[in-house]
Formats: sequence, C-alpha cells, structure tokens
Amino acid sequence: MKVLVAVKRVVDYNIKVRIKPDGSDVDINGVNMGVNPFDENAIEAALRLKEQGIATEIVAVSLGTSANQDVLRHALAMGADRAILVESDLTLQALGVAKLLKAVVLREQPQLIILGKQAIDDDAGQTGQMLAALLNYPQATFASAIQVDGNTISVTREVDGGTETLALNLPAVVTADLRLNEPRFVKLPNLMMARKKPIETIDAAEFAVNAEPRLKLIKVSEPSARKAGIKVGSVSELLSKLREHQGIKL
Amino acid sequence: MSNTTMKNTAMKILILAEHDGKQLSPAVYQAVTAAQFWNAPVEVLIAGSNTSALAAQATTITGVGRVIHTDAAHLTHQLAEDVANIIVQIAGEYQVILAAHSSFSRNILPRVAALLDVAMISDVLEIKADHTYVRSVYAGNIHTTIQSMDALQILTVHSSNFTAARNADANAEIVSIEAPEPFANTRWVSETRSLSNRPALGSAKVVISGGRSLGSAERFEELLSPLASKLGAALGATRAAVDAGFAPNDIQVGQTGVVVAPDLYIAVGVSGAVQHTYGMKDSKVVVAINQDPDAPIFQVADYGLVADLFEAIPELTNAI
Ligand SMILES: Cc1cc2nc3c(=O)[nH]c(=O)nc-3n(C[C@H](O)[C@H](O)[C@H](O)COP(=O)(O)OP(=O)(O)OC[C@H]3O[C@@H](n4cnc5c(N)ncnc54)[C@H](O)[C@@H]3O)c2cc1C
Ligand SMILES: Nc1ncnc2c1ncn2[C@@H]1O[C@H](COP(=O)(O)O)[C@@H](O)[C@H]1O
Repeated sequence: MKVLVAVKRVVDYNIKVRIKPDGSDVDINGVNMGVNPFDENAIEAALRLKEQGIATEIVAVSLGTSANQDVLRHALAMGADRAILVESDLTLQALGVAKLLKAVVLREQPQLIILGKQAIDDDAGQTGQMLAALLNYPQATFASAIQVDGNTISVTREVDGGTETLALNLPAVVTADLRLNEPRFVKLPNLMMARKKPIETIDAAEFAVNAEPRLKLIKVSEPSARKAGIKVGSVSELLSKLREHQGIKL
Repeated sequence: MSNTTMKNTAMKILILAEHDGKQLSPAVYQAVTAAQFWNAPVEVLIAGSNTSALAAQATTITGVGRVIHTDAAHLTHQLAEDVANIIVQIAGEYQVILAAHSSFSRNILPRVAALLDVAMISDVLEIKADHTYVRSVYAGNIHTTIQSMDALQILTVHSSNFTAARNADANAEIVSIEAPEPFANTRWVSETRSLSNRPALGSAKVVISGGRSLGSAERFEELLSPLASKLGAALGATRAAVDAGFAPNDIQVGQTGVVVAPDLYIAVGVSGAVQHTYGMKDSKVVVAINQDPDAPIFQVADYGLVADLFEAIPELTNAI
C-alpha cells in the first residue's frame, strides 16, 4: 500500500512572529522554519505502517517554493521513501493546496493520504477535509489512533467531549492530531542518507488547476495583549482580591 | 463580490447546528448572534435522527426564521460526508453558511466548502463587513483582516466573541427535507464520552486548569476536584498534562484544544506557553498559581500567586 503524506513548511512553533512595520503582513524573513508539528505526526504514522509491513512506499509532498526542500529532506530523513515538491509562487491557501494535492493523488494513486489536522501558521484546519471532498473519499479528522485492516482503516478521532472511532474504506484521507504518536528524532546519519533520496519537482502550472488565493489579506495587527496583573502574597490575599470582583462568588 | 448596491431580499443565512441528539450546543445561540450581522433571514439546519424535539428547540431562538430539519437513521452520528451532502443540496438558497467553531463544524464545513468551490474562513473573531473578517493566525499572536472573493461565504465563528441569542416563543417554522443517500465508505464504529457531572468546559463560568506539574491522574483529580466542586467549575488541562495521561484529551485548553472564556480561570502549575494561553486569554479574570516567579503565565494573569500548588490548592479549597 502506498501512503502519501502532506508536509507543510512553517515557522518554528517556539518563535513569536512579528509583523512588518507597515502592517501589510507577518515578517518571517530569516526566521527559523520547520515541518508543521502535526505533519511530523503524519509522517510518523506512515512510518509505523511501513514497519508493520502494511505500507510499502511513503511519499512526502510539499507545496511551495524551492525552500520547501528542507522539510522534504526532513521527511526523507525520518524514513519517507521519496518526495515531491510542487513548486508554486502563489500564496497558497487551503482550497488551492487541496486542489493541487488532488492532482498529485490522481497521479500517485495512494491508498492512504495523511495530513496534519492543522497548520500552525494559518491555523485553518481545512486542507484534509477539502482534499477528501474533492476526491469524494471518506475522511477521518483529528486522528489519535489508526489501524489498517485489509481494505479498511479504523481511526479514533479526538472530538469535543471524548473520542469517536470510524471505519473507512480505502482509499481515504486522515488528518493527524498530536496524540497520534511521538515523532522520532532524526539522527545525523539519516539526514546524510536522505541527501541521496530523490526529490522530484513539479511545476504547479503543469496540473492546470486554479490555485489562486481567494482570500485577500487586507492587513495584519498584533492583538492587544492581556496586561499582567499583580502578585499576591498569600491564599487569603488572593481570595480577598477575587471577592472584590462582581460576578465571582467565592 | 460583495453586494453593496442594494439589500438583497433573497439573501439568507444558514447555520449548521451542533447537538448531541438531546440538546443544542450553547454555541448555536452565539452563532445566531453572529449571523445577525447581515440583517438577513437566519435559518438553522438540524441534522440527525429522532431530532424533532431539537428542531422545536431551535424554533425558539430569537432571530431564527426557519428551521431546516432532516431526520434519518443514518444521520445518528452526523458523519461529515453525510452532513456535507445535505448542506450542498440546499446551499443554493444561501449567501452565508456558518457554524460555531468546534471539532464538529471543523470536520464538516471545509468539506462543504470544497464541494462548493469556496474558500472557507475558520474561527472568525469579528465580522467587519460583508465579506471582510478578522481572524487570528500563529496561535493567536497575530490578527489578520481578510476579504473573501467568493460570492458564497462559509465560515466558523469564535463563539466566545458573540453573546448568546435569547430564547423566545416558538416563532420559526420547521421545514423537513429528505437526506441524500448515505455515504457508503464511512462507517461509525463507537464512541467514548467523558462522563462528568461538572459543567461543560466550553460554557462554564469558572474553569480550573492543571498542568504537567500535577504529576499523576490521581493527584490531578484529588487536588483539583474538591476545588472544582466548591466553585461549580469545569476542569481543563494543558497538553502536557493530557499527553502524560493525567487528564482526558477533550479537556485540553489551547490552540489545539478547547477555547474557553469564563468569568474566572485558575491556572494551576501551568507554565503559560502561547499554545495554551491561546485557549484562555479571553477569560475575564485569570489567576495563576505557579512556584516559578518567572513563569510566562503570570504575564497574562490578573492575580499571580507564587507558591507550591500542593500547598496552595488545599488551602484555597478549605478557605472557600
Ligand atoms: C503544535 C503544538 C500545539 C500545542 N497545543 C497546545 C494546546 O492546545 N494546549 C496546551 O496546553 N499546550 C499545547 N502545546 C504544548 C505547549 O507548547 C506546552 O508544552 C504546554 O502547554 C506545557 O504544559 P504545562 O504548562 O503543563 O507544562 P510545563 O511547561 O512543563 O510547565 C509546568 C509548570 O508547572 C510549574 N510547577 C512545577 N511544579 C510546581 C508546583 N509544585 N507548584 C506550582 N507550580 C509548579 C513549573 O514552574 C512550570 O511553570 C502545543 C504544542 C505544539 C508544538
Ligand atoms: N503548502 C502545503 N504543502 C504541503 N502540505 C500542506 C500545505 N498546506 C497545508 N498542508 C497540509 O494540510 C494540513 C492542514 O493545513 P491547514 O488546512 O492549512 O491548517 C497541514 O498539516 C499539511 O499536512
């Protein structure tokens, strides 16, 4: 079974991004970039399926500029077999990404497609569901456990109020939650070896899909931050402060 | 593009209502308030099985003109594939389709959007103008104002930013529609629901969240439960506490969990990572109890107590 994994290049989650002085966009110049954390869970899930003898080939796909080669190298170093870079200068948004990924899926014909449940830059959380819709495939979002059994995949999903388990006929789309697994660390020798694995580059224009952005960015701003309050010296002082607030009953 | 020249009398708004088969989610009422922005008729979709009582409940929300009710055995678990197909079937009548942002709507509406070739807008904080919205990116660190080019708008709204619509006498009519054929390739297998007699996390007036420092599931419960009972509070947790198995996943507060905005939020042994504060920074009053005076949580807390939580929490519980 072939597994396709979508890997987005995003600002490292430890970095507090700033905005450009003119407020036109965020300023990510020179900022540390890496694999979207949820996509690392997606790669790890695919690797475990391979270790179980279920997956035979893992293909990592990233959409963006040639800079995205670094996240694909990371996926290869984790253990993906090959990588595809769909190159585009457009500002890619979830719907456009889903359309391009659909084109890749039609070409590669994977049985299982795993994405992250959301990208930590745009926090959209849409691409997997959109891809499933465009392919008319079954979907299981926010996966915290998966098990492949013949032609079906059983997926436990994290939902408000608990969990839900679905069984999907393959081919299917799954989006990974952080608790799906603990992604492995990449060892230096693997990073060296990954240099030898192939990254195929496809010009997005070849797919003849319209991936133009439909959401126009008007401006960005920093939200008014909560102000730090005061430190209290004791539990009783805390209580007396809280009791000054109307609506708080203690 | 946006129609500013005249009031489109045909313009209507559809709200996808979340429910558990028995109750409408309180967030539906907040979504109704958000929908009032357009000054157009608001309709609510109830999909499920044996949901007549729910449809009736929806008719009593102030501001709702019509309830679209679709009832079928295969809709019991409201699979994304099935609910999306219902919405697509009726979408032609609407200019806006929206829902409160939750794991329910996030599962379904992107699927609807792609089927209708619409770019969706997730977790809208503010509706600025027809087609123009404010939403946050980078775990709440940045706000963006965006304008949608699509004629049809599909969005989820950040419920805590909208007050809940009130109940009134039943005003809305109920229209029943047929559900499309079930989607064949997805089967519901089972679910686990966290049983708790505490208030629901998303709508509780008081939330007490515990972090990794609680040390074990037993201590999490032992220490925080008595305080929660006294305050009528819901319990929340950090991702670190959930990952360590101290608390169930559905009470994780933050960027990848639940967003809460209670009157009082008490963070107990929580460091205050941005991914966590994303989920609680709209709380009215924040209390942080942490032994590290430099913990970032103090920067978002109205009252900080530098103390060992294993002493401070029992003391606080006893003092109330
Ligand atoms: C993509 C991504 C998404 C994430 N999403 C979320 C999310 O939705 N929600 C979330 O919470 N996190 C999320 N995280 C994780 C987040 O970055 C932090 O790692 C996490 O919030 C830390 O949890 P914590 O505060 O319990 O643990 P720690 O950071 O380990 O902090 C423990 C705190 O307890 C204090 N402490 C220890 N002992 C005591 C004591 N005896 N008395 C008093 N204080 C004590 C310490 O001083 C410390 O400040 C996410 C991370 C990533 C990468
Ligand atoms: N440019 C991209 N390249 C590869 N995968 C992407 C890209 N954008 C989004 N994805 C995938 O879609 C998931 C959800 O992204 P989003 O819908 O933007 O929150 C990510 O975790 C990735 O798996």
